[in-house]
Order: sequence, then structure tokens, then C-alpha cells
Amino acid sequence: MSKDMKELPGTPVSGKELKSDKIITFEWRPNAKYAWSAGIAYGRYLDELKEGRIIGRRCSRCKRIIVPPRMFCEQCFVATDEWVYCKDTGTVNTFSLSYLDADANRIKEPILVAVIDIDGASPGVGILHLLGNVDPKKIDVGMKVKAVWKPPEEREGAVTDILYWEPMED
Amino acid sequence: MTVAIIGIGCTSFNSVTAEVSFKEQMFEAAVKAYADAGVNAREDIGSFLTAAEDYWEGYSIFDEFVPDQLGAVLRSVCTIGGDGLLALANGTMQIETGLFDVVAIEAHSKASDMLTFDGILTHALDPVYNRAFNVHPYFIAGLEMQRYLHETKTTREQCAAVVVKNKRNAMDNPLAAFPADMTVDEVINSTMVSHPLTQRDISPLADGMIVIVLASEKKAKELSDHPIWIKGLGWCSDTPWLEARDWGAAGYTNLARDRAYKRADIKNPRKEFDFAEVDDYFSYKELQHLEALQLCEPGKAGKLAEAGEFNRDGAFPVNVSGGRLGAGNLLEGSALQSVLECVYQLRGHAGKRQIKNAKTALAQSWRGVPTASGCVAVLSNEN
Repeated sequence: MSKDMKELPGTPVSGKELKSDKIITFEWRPNAKYAWSAGIAYGRYLDELKEGRIIGRRCSRCKRIIVPPRMFCEQCFVATDEWVYCKDTGTVNTFSLSYLDADANRIKEPILVAVIDIDGASPGVGILHLLGNVDPKKIDVGMKVKAVWKPPEEREGAVTDILYWEPMED
Repeated sequence: MTVAIIGIGCTSFNSVTAEVSFKEQMFEAAVKAYADAGVNAREDIGSFLTAAEDYWEGYSIFDEFVPDQLGAVLRSVCTIGGDGLLALANGTMQIETGLFDVVAIEAHSKASDMLTFDGILTHALDPVYNRAFNVHPYFIAGLEMQRYLHETKTTREQCAAVVVKNKRNAMDNPLAAFPADMTVDEVINSTMVSHPLTQRDISPLADGMIVIVLASEKKAKELSDHPIWIKGLGWCSDTPWLEARDWGAAGYTNLARDRAYKRADIKNPRKEFDFAEVDDYFSYKELQHLEALQLCEPGKAGKLAEAGEFNRDGAFPVNVSGGRLGAGNLLEGSALQSVLECVYQLRGHAGKRQIKNAKTALAQSWRGVPTASGCVAVLSNEN
């Protein structure tokens, strides 16, 4: 509050009052459902995850290998032209320890989110995933990590076919 | 005006395109448009605009998902919450400010990604007054058609003649999703949706992407052998109240029309335009729009349609592309589908459906139910 304002203007409303019939609100839950076409790039990437592999695309102009794959290079604006398998190891580019889940519930054990530059892809190109089997205090930028996959029979062609990435032993 | 269309690109229009993502489709349309314009996306285009509606896409802040496939990464990008013609208008104004020489605009439909189009459309109604009745939102078209037929004595058969014409026109448009050789009887005897509106009075949804490149006068003359000049533009919205709107006529067209005609110095639209591409989301809408655009006397469009006046070989061709009814309802993209057809025709590139000596064209849009919003553009191959 600024020094000129001692009290907030207006009439305060309590949570209880909001839920009472004193205040008129309208509730609605939209019926909005989608099934997006995966297309060529997403489709192949997910198929390969099911097989325990990470695949990217090469741009013949800038020579970058892009993961997750795209059918065009967003920097050069040309079609990418070659599928390239990458390793399931990489380096932590950046990370965060989230103490809120998707519904904004406070959680005690943080979710370890990271962008991981993939070995075999171009520098600065990587995927968004989770870290695991690691002391959160010991995570750092530049840490080498390796994918921990679901057992083959449990994979379904989703990014969650990789459970998490754990630190590599030196 | 001093802005021209110098490049067009699109995918074909299809009821389902499960094999490609919307990004891959948009890339295809963009590559074609930039090649057609002879521009390098990363060097020559100053600004990019898309017309999109988040709920059609299923993404919040859909704007963020467009730069890659348009060549617009680390460039000026914005999204217009409106139809493709509104993006064309804004792109034109961006050039007229002098900030940019070349601007790309995009509009599309990936309607097949929506599992609940009807639910999403219901979500566009007033939550308190209009959502409570558990009725499909096409009831709005039923109400409008009823009042229009009542006021003008237009018949259901005359509306059906529009469907027959547009679907037949689509047979010569290789891009079109729903060409058909249909009869008036088949239209009026098709499944009733919201009386007097039948299933065949309604344009079926399709997927398709369209990219258009605009340029300043100087750049257009430098880059293009066949620039198509934007001579006039207008847009307008009526009140959204279903309880108090003009049900008999497309009133939102009036101001858009006046602005566009004034700018283009159009005094006798019927004589000065060689053809028109107007919104035909529902059969009767084409008739309402033709009247609002002063291309015939009020209440007379139905009779003229029945007499073949608006056929491809008639006195005044309308929706030679097939419109939404024949080419497919591309949601915000249909407005650019109209522009696309105007450009093909004005360039003389329309092949089998070419209108001879076409010089000046009209493109008009409506955003569909439940809106009362639309745009008008005047295009010409003469500066």
C-alpha cells in the first residue's frame, strides 16, 4: 500500500460470502475437446520413443540437428531433410525445482524440471523433461544425465516413455 | 490505396488431414506464398499476422505457436482475433504506416482437430441468457433464415439454388473439399437441422491453410508481374444480442461496405465489379450478403439466384470458387479463401473457371454464428 492510502477502498468480500447466494455468479464448464493430428514430426518422434530411441532432423542449410524433430528449420525457413538418431544422454541446460503441481497444490517433494541438451543434437537443442534419482541440492547446470526408460512393454509412444533423467556416473 | 497482394499460397482443402500437423500444413502454404511472391521469408518480410481463434485451435495464446512455420522467429508477429480479411486489413495498414514494405498474413482451419465443434460454438453464446436451452447453436441460423424468408418472401428453394450453384462451381476448383452435382430437391429434402435450415444449407467444415504476401506500391512493382491492388477495406460488428439484432438483413455488412466502396470509389457496385466472393456459411447468407452489398435490390437475391444470375456464366458470377458451401468452411480461413479466388481470377490464373476480362472484384466475410461481424475488400488488377 502506498503512504497515501491507509485502507484499501471498496467493500471486502469473504470466501463464505462468495459461496453464499448474496453474490450472483454463473458457472459453466465448456465442452471443448480436441484430438490434434500428430503429423509427420511428432508422429515419428513418438513412435521412436516407444522403441526406446530419440530421433531428430537435420537441416542441411544450418547443419543443425533438431530435437524434437521438426519438418522445417525455424531459423532457416527451409524443409529439414534427414532423420538422425541421437543418444539418450545429455547435459542439463537449465532446471527448476517446482513446489507447485499442475493444479497449484503445494508439494513437499519438488518436481525437478529441466531442459536437457541431447547428445548428438546441436548445442543448445534439447528436450524438456524431468530429473530423478538425484538429490535436488546437487543438480546443476552442465550436469551430465542419462534417460531412464519405462520397460518396453509399458511404453505407449509418449514423452512419458522416459521416466526421468538421472545423473551419469563419471 | 498503395498496397498490393504479391503472393498467394495454400494447401488443398479437405474434410480430414490426419497425416499432417497444422504446423506442417502452414509451412506448406507459407513456402508456396513466398515463392509466388519471390521473397525470402527471413530477409524480406517485415511483419507477420495470423487470424486465429484460440478455441478453434485448442491452445491458449495460440499466437505463440505460429512463428516457426511462417519464417517469423525473432520477427514482428501478432495474431488478430477475427477472420482472415481482418488480418488483411491490419497487414495493409501496417504497410501504410511506412513501417514495413512486405507483410505476410495467414488464416486457416484445422477443424478436424476439434472433437466437439458444437460444444465450442455453444461456448460462444451469452452464458446467462442463451446457453440454458440445450439447443445446438445453429438455431441462430434457423432464426435468421426464418426472418429473412419472412421479410423478403424468398423461398427455401431459392436458398437451395445457392447450394446447388456453389457445389457445382467447386467441381472446377481443384482445391475444393465438397464439390457436388446436387439438385434443389436434394437440398430442401435433406435432414432438417433447425427449420427452415437443412443439413445441405450448411457449409461443411474443412481443413486448409492460406498465406498471402502484401507489399507496398514500390515493392509490389519491383517484385511482381501481376500485383493485385487492395482498393478498399472495411469491417464492422453489430450488437451481439440475439434479443435485439437485425434478423432479416446482414446489417454488419453496411458500414464495412460503405468504407470499402468509398475508399475504392465504387458508386455502382453491380456495374463496377466483375464478380464477387461473398460469405455463404449458410445458403441464405449468400443472398443476405448480396443484398447488403448492394449487388441487387433488397429482397431480390433469391429470385435472381434461382434465375441463374449469379452462376459462373450468369450476368454476375458469385462464389465461382465454390465458397464455403463448395470449397469447405475454413472458419477464419474462408475469408482468405475468397481473396485467393479473387487473386486467381484477377491474375487470369483461374483455369477452367476463369471469368473473362475480370478487373475488379469484391471479397466479403462473415465470422459465422453467433457473430454479427464481417469485412469487405475491393481488389483490382489495375492500380
